[in-house]
Amino acid sequence: MVEATGPAVVAPSRRPRRLSPAFWLILPSIILMLLLFAYPMFVGIRAAFVEGDGGGFTMANWARMVNDPQFWPAVRNTVLLIVVIIPLQFLFAMIMALLLQAKPRGSAVYFYLWAIPLAVSDLAAGLVWLSIFSDQGYLNSVLVDLGLQPFAWLSYQNPQTQFLAVTLAELWRATSLVLVIVVSGMQGIPKDYDEAAAVFGANYWQRLWQVTMPLLRPSLQVALILRTILAFQTFAVAQALTGESFPLLVGETYRWYSALSNPNVASAYALVIMAVSMVTAVIYLRALRDESRQVKR
Amino acid sequence: MTAPTSTPPRAAVPVDYAPLRAHRRNRALIQVGCVLISLFMAVPIYLIAVASFSTREGLNQFPQPLWPKNFGTETMATFLQSTGIVGGLINSLYVGVGTLAFSSLIGAPAGYAIARFAFRGKDPYQLFLLFTRALPIVVLSVPLAGIFLQVGIYDSPLAVILLHTALALPTTILITSSVFLAVPVDAEEAARIFGCTPVGAFVRVVLPLALPGMAAASIFTFVMSWNEVLGATILTFSQRTLPAQVLSSLSDSPLAFRFAGGLVLVIPALIFIALMRKYLLNMWGTTIR
Repeated sequence: MVEATGPAVVAPSRRPRRLSPAFWLILPSIILMLLLFAYPMFVGIRAAFVEGDGGGFTMANWARMVNDPQFWPAVRNTVLLIVVIIPLQFLFAMIMALLLQAKPRGSAVYFYLWAIPLAVSDLAAGLVWLSIFSDQGYLNSVLVDLGLQPFAWLSYQNPQTQFLAVTLAELWRATSLVLVIVVSGMQGIPKDYDEAAAVFGANYWQRLWQVTMPLLRPSLQVALILRTILAFQTFAVAQALTGESFPLLVGETYRWYSALSNPNVASAYALVIMAVSMVTAVIYLRALRDESRQVKR
Repeated sequence: MTAPTSTPPRAAVPVDYAPLRAHRRNRALIQVGCVLISLFMAVPIYLIAVASFSTREGLNQFPQPLWPKNFGTETMATFLQSTGIVGGLINSLYVGVGTLAFSSLIGAPAGYAIARFAFRGKDPYQLFLLFTRALPIVVLSVPLAGIFLQVGIYDSPLAVILLHTALALPTTILITSSVFLAVPVDAEEAARIFGCTPVGAFVRVVLPLALPGMAAASIFTFVMSWNEVLGATILTFSQRTLPAQVLSSLSDSPLAFRFAGGLVLVIPALIFIALMRKYLLNMWGTTIR
């Protein structure tokens, strides 16, 4: 990893040449990462392929996982949630960032309000929206006040509205992250480009699409990778809002580990999540690298 | 947005007020948009606060009033007196501070090394850090639970501290390295010339300059630890952190308990973001790349 000079070469000065000080500075972090990342990864991969605690090789855990009636719904929900939520979040974050960019009066207050969910956990976000969507919650109260019928938004009989509730809660919670990345990206763009385009008569939309967006691309790509990887890990929102009737992959891992106390199947689930996040990250990185090469040309 | 309008001349020349009017209309629309989004962000927090500070009868009422009409601390008090909540709060603080201490002690030197030294293996090391950030928490938590059982630290705050340190470390290293990069090397060299040892120069010159940025980084670590639910739930059984306690008792707790729990989990976010407002953009701008 780091230069190991082997037998001390006597330097011209009085001191014998030692390992670079950088080595000693990063050594603790490497040891910790090996113990807490590499070793558990190894243990986890093994657990998914053995029977019970250290038995022989088996594919039974994978069979149990795939044959579980909750497995495919969990895959479908996880993927659907990501496909729906990420474009919405980016649209929403772009609108918010452009509004802030216009420097309205009170923009500091707006930024504070919009950034609060950045520090809210997905469990807390689920509980917050539960007070709105529960049967006697605020949404139904408003509906009744308006003379409409209340609706069981979170019942397992209404998967569409369950999905809607989870989507809204996630939109509320996780858009702030995209917003902060996009705003800091916008601040890094020199004003000159925009002004030059304005001088040559480009209108607002032309400047947005042909000047700001291309310059913002690196920030958007970073936000995209980060948000997608995090979106695969969402589960407490759904757990808080719908209990177990809206399965997601991470929630299933948790259920197999705690309620069904089967760490082997839980490990298989964990590996699926890891594989999917890694593949997505690699695809994004490919796209990112190709784009940056084009930009350089 | 549009070009600044110079003061219109008072002469008899007909003045075209259309651009000015368009400008005013745009400003008004922007304000409307901002207010709408702010409502979307703030109203849910307001509502959960109302729900958490309603009397029991108030919560059973339907339709529920949208303003604190049935104000009472009963719901909140019941939540705080439930088993495991005060303990969970203490554990959460303990784990947060422990994670912060561990990850700064181990991460700051590594960040300094990345900022100041050119060494072989630097690029693979940084790539490795980025890779670990992409690992889902579940992948680590499940096997770590087994390992900690064998070592004998399962179900202790230390177990959660170790997991959170591992999760926070890559971010801590990347943030601290950008903080140290911002401290001019000249200052450090000047201190050396005036007779400081390398350690002395670091402690007397670099550290004071880096401290504000490092404080910001540690608040992020604390927030991450405070919010992390899944790993904490898997690694503990009786020594739960607050979110883990709330999650594991979700299915068999009344709505009032869940609302109060939601508010208690959200309140720190209000404080953290207020403290961090200045640093938010720098932090994410620099760390993520």
